[in-house]
Amino acid sequence: MIIGLDVGGTHADVVLLGNEGVINEIKVPTDPTDLFDTVLTALEKITADIDPAKIIRMVMSTTLTTNAIIQKKLPQVGMIVSGGPGVDPHFYRTNDHFECLSGSIDHRGREVEPVQAAAIDRIREKFIAAGIRHVGVVTKFSVRNAAQELAIARQLEGHFEKVFLGHRISGNLSFPRRIATTYLNAAVYPIHREFFEAVNNSLTRKGLKVPIRILKADGGNMNFEASIDYPAQTTLSGPAASVMGSIAFGPEKGDALVMDIGGTTTDMAILVDQVPLLAPQGIELGGFKTLIRSLETHSIGIGGDSAVRIENGRIQVGPHRNGPAMAHGGPSPTPTDALVLLGKARKGSRELAARGFAPIAEQLGVTIEDAAFQVFDHTCRQILRAAEEMVERINRQPVYTIHEMQDGYQVRPTTILVLGGPAPLFAEHLETLSHYQVGVVPRWTVANAIGAALARTTCEVNLYADTEQQIATAPEENFTTKVDRSFDQAQARQMALDLLQKKAVARGANPAHLEMEVTEELQFNMVRGFHTTGRNIRIRAQVQPGLIYGYDPVAGRLM
Amino acid sequence: MLKAKHKTGLVFFPAFDWAIDPTHPEREERLLYTQDQVVEEGIFDIDGIVELKPDLVNVPDVQRVHFCVPDPLSVMTESHFISAGGAKTIGCAVMEKKIEKGFALVRPPGHHAMRVVHGARGFCNVNIEAIMIEHLRQTYGVQRVAIVDTDCHHGDGTQDIYWHDPDTLFISIHQDGRTLYPGSGFPNELGGPNAIGTTLNIPLPPNTSEEGFLYTIRNVVLPILEDFQPDLIVNSAGQDNHFSDPITNMNFTARGYAELTELLNADIAVLEGGYAIEGALPYVNLGIILAMAGIDYSNVREPTFDPEKLRQSQDVTRIIGKVGELVLAYWQQRSAIQDQVRSKPTCGRRSRQLFYDTAGITEMQEETIQVCDHCGGAWRIDSTSDRGRHILAIHIPRRACPKCQSTGQAWFAEADVKQFDMIALQDQSTDTYTVRKA
Repeated sequence: MIIGLDVGGTHADVVLLGNEGVINEIKVPTDPTDLFDTVLTALEKITADIDPAKIIRMVMSTTLTTNAIIQKKLPQVGMIVSGGPGVDPHFYRTNDHFECLSGSIDHRGREVEPVQAAAIDRIREKFIAAGIRHVGVVTKFSVRNAAQELAIARQLEGHFEKVFLGHRISGNLSFPRRIATTYLNAAVYPIHREFFEAVNNSLTRKGLKVPIRILKADGGNMNFEASIDYPAQTTLSGPAASVMGSIAFGPEKGDALVMDIGGTTTDMAILVDQVPLLAPQGIELGGFKTLIRSLETHSIGIGGDSAVRIENGRIQVGPHRNGPAMAHGGPSPTPTDALVLLGKARKGSRELAARGFAPIAEQLGVTIEDAAFQVFDHTCRQILRAAEEMVERINRQPVYTIHEMQDGYQVRPTTILVLGGPAPLFAEHLETLSHYQVGVVPRWTVANAIGAALARTTCEVNLYADTEQQIATAPEENFTTKVDRSFDQAQARQMALDLLQKKAVARGANPAHLEMEVTEELQFNMVRGFHTTGRNIRIRAQVQPGLIYGYDPVAGRLM
Repeated sequence: MLKAKHKTGLVFFPAFDWAIDPTHPEREERLLYTQDQVVEEGIFDIDGIVELKPDLVNVPDVQRVHFCVPDPLSVMTESHFISAGGAKTIGCAVMEKKIEKGFALVRPPGHHAMRVVHGARGFCNVNIEAIMIEHLRQTYGVQRVAIVDTDCHHGDGTQDIYWHDPDTLFISIHQDGRTLYPGSGFPNELGGPNAIGTTLNIPLPPNTSEEGFLYTIRNVVLPILEDFQPDLIVNSAGQDNHFSDPITNMNFTARGYAELTELLNADIAVLEGGYAIEGALPYVNLGIILAMAGIDYSNVREPTFDPEKLRQSQDVTRIIGKVGELVLAYWQQRSAIQDQVRSKPTCGRRSRQLFYDTAGITEMQEETIQVCDHCGGAWRIDSTSDRGRHILAIHIPRRACPKCQSTGQAWFAEADVKQFDMIALQDQSTDTYTVRKA
C-alpha cells in the first residue's frame, strides 16, 4: 500500500492506495503554526487499523519550505560569490551576510583570474564571528568549471555545519539564479532537516519504517537522503501534486489544461500526451528567481472564496480572499455564494449568501439570482482568459534554431481537467463558455494527494563537452573526465544517460523502469582560423515526470 | 534588485542550425558564447528587459526595399526571413511603446545588401535594417530616420538603399576603405542629387581605439543627429571594431561599445558583423544590452583587455580629427554641394560594377534618377549580372510628387519586356510591387 500526503494552506489531504485503487482518503485541517502536528495527525488517521508492514511507499508534499521562504522566516546564511567581469554581483544580494570575492572564469570554463585565499580567510572569520552555521558558495560559470567554488569550499571546511556549492545545485546557466537557489537551499536546510528527522523518528516509533519520499516542484519525488542536499527543491510542490493527480485522465495524444480551483487561487498547468510541461528555468518564489526545476504553472488570484465587489459598475473577483464564503459564515460575498444562490452548491446558507449578494444586485440593477449568475459567469470567463494567456505565453517562448521556428511544438489544448473543492460546480459552465471539453478529475478533492503518492522519482543531468580542451563535465554530478578529440555527440549522449541513470537510482528511482529522455542536444564545430579545432557539445537529459510503473492502471481504477 | 532604467526588448536569434558554410565566419557557433554569457549573467531575468520571439518578414516586406533576382525566395533562406523578422519585431515593439528601446541580436546580418539583390554580398542577402525601417514607415507613418552604422565595414548596402532618400540620414563609421572590404565609404560619398548630405561616411584609420570612436560620436555624429532631428535612430551594431576581431584592424573594446551605445541613445540596435566570437561578442553584446537598458556596465571587461596595448597613437588621433572636420564641413555645406552637383547635366546618371564576394557574382548597373525638389525622385536601375540575368528596377519613393509618380509609371509601362528577364516597379507611394515579364 502507498500513502500520499499533500499539506496545503487550509487542509492536509492524505490517501491510502492499494492495487484495487483508493482504500481510504482523509482531510485534516492544516495548523500553519504546527505543520509537524498536522502531518502526524494525517498519517495517524490514515494508518489507523493498518498493518505498518504493508505500507511500501510514502510520499509527502508540504508547504514547510515554501512558507518559510514566503514569510521570510529563514535562518541566517553566509553567502560567498565571485562574479568576475560583467554585471556587478552586489545586485544579486540575497541576504545580510553576502560577500563578493574577486576571481573569474570565462564562458568556456577557463580560469581568467584566481580567487584570493586571504580574502576567503577573512570572510570565513567574519561568518564564524556572526555565528553562521550554513554557507553558500557561487562563482560565475561554475557549471563550466567548479574549481574556484571547490577551492573556496576547502578553505571553509570544518568550520560550518554545511556548505552548499552552486555547481552542485543546478547544471544550468544563470549566475543570479544560481546565487538565489544556493542561498535558499542553505537557508531552508536546517528547517527541512529538523522537520523530516522528527517525522521520521515519530513514524519509526509507530513501526512505520518505510523511507519517506518528498515531492518536488517538478512533479517528481526524491528520497529523504537526497532532500538533505537539495532541500529547496521541495518548495512549491503543492501545485505539482495536483497536476500529477490529473495526468492519468488527460488525453493520451494531445494537450490538456489542468486547473486546480482552490479557495484563494486557481493554479493551471499543461499536459502534452499526459506529460506535464516543465518551466524553462525554475520557480519564482518570495522575490527569488531560481533554478529549481518546476512544472510550468500559472496561478491567478481567483478561487471559490475570492472577494467579489463592484467597481465602476463592473464585477471584480479577487485577487483577495477575506475568509470563507458568506454562506459559510465569512465576511464578504464570493463565487461560492453565487453557486449557493444558483442552487449548484448544496452546502452553505442560502440566506447568508443572499445577504452578501443584495448590494451587488443593487449596484448591477438586477435580481439577486441574476447577479449570482453574472458573478459566476465572470469568474469562469476570467479563469478561461488566464488559461488562454498562459497558452499564448508558452507558445511565444523564444527558440534559437530555424528548425524550432518552423516545426517547434505549439500547445493547443483541447481538454480542460478541473480539480479542487468546487471543480464539478465549475466544469459545465467552463465547457459552455469555451471550445474545450471539460472533465472533472476523479476524486477531485484528494487528487493532489493521489498525485503525490504515484509520482515517480525525477532528476536532470547537464553534460558539457569541449573536445578542444579535451574535457567532458557535469559539475552537478561531481563528474569531470578527459575525452579525446574524436569524442562526439553520440558518446556525449550516452555519457549523460549513464550519469542520469546513476543519479535517478541514488535518489530512489526504480532502476527497472526509468523513463529517461534527452531533452536538448547541441553540437557545434569550433572553428578557429578556418580550421575545425574541436566540438562543443551540450546534452540535457531527464527522467520525465510521470506516474510510477504499474500504477497507471491503478490511477485508471480510481474513478 | 536590478532594474532597467529604460524598458528594453531583445530578440535573440542565434540560428544555431544555419551557416553560410561550415568554416565560414557566419556559422552556427557565432552567437553560442554570447548566449552563454547573457544567460549566465541573467540578462533576460532583469526587471525591465524582455525577450521577444521574432516574427518572420513576408515577401512584400522584402520587396518594399529590394529587387530580388529572380525573386525573394531564390536569394533568401529561412534564416533571412527570421533575422529580418527579428529586427521588425523590435521595431514594432518600439513603435507600439511596448518597449522604449530594443536590440535585435540576430544573424545573418544585412548591411551589405543593396537595392538589387542577385545573391549574397559580404555575408548579407537582404538588408534587415532597411526592411524593418520601411515596414515601420508604412505601418506607423515614421518619417525621418537616422541610421548610424558602427560596423567596422562600410555599410555599403544601406548606403545604396538610402542614397536618394533625403528623409533617411545614413552615417557609417568604419575602418578606412583603402584597408578593408568593401573598399568604399569615403567622405565624398554624400548621396544622390536629391539627397546630398544625408549619406555621410566617416572612415577611421586602422588601430583606432576607444578614444577615437567616442571622440567621433561626441564631436561629429551627435551634432549632426541634433541638426537632423530624426523621429527614430537605428544603430547597425556591428561588433568587429573589437581589438580581438580576426578580420579587421581596430582597437575598440566592450566597454567602449557600451559607452558608444549610451551616447548614441538609439531607439533600435540591430546586430551586424563581429567575428571574434569568444573574445569579443559575449562581452560587447553584454555591454550594449546593459547600456541600452541603462544599467551600470563599468564592470564589463574582456579577459584579454589591456589598456596599455590599446592606447591610440597621436597619428591616429590626428587623422581622426581631420576626418571629423571634413565630414562636419560637408554636412554644413550640403545644400551648396547639392547645387554644385546638380549643375552637372549628367548628375542623374551612374554606371557601376558591383561584386558579390560571397556569391561570386558581378553585376553591371546603369542608374537614372529624376532630379527633383519635391521628393526623393523616381529612379530606375538597368542591371545585368554575369549569370546572364538582365532586369529593369523602377522605384517611386514613399512621398513621391505627382511628377515623379508619373515618370516612374511611364518608365514601367514603356519599357520593352523583350529586352529584360523582368521589369519591376517598386512603388512605395502605393506600397505595391509589380512585375512585368515577357
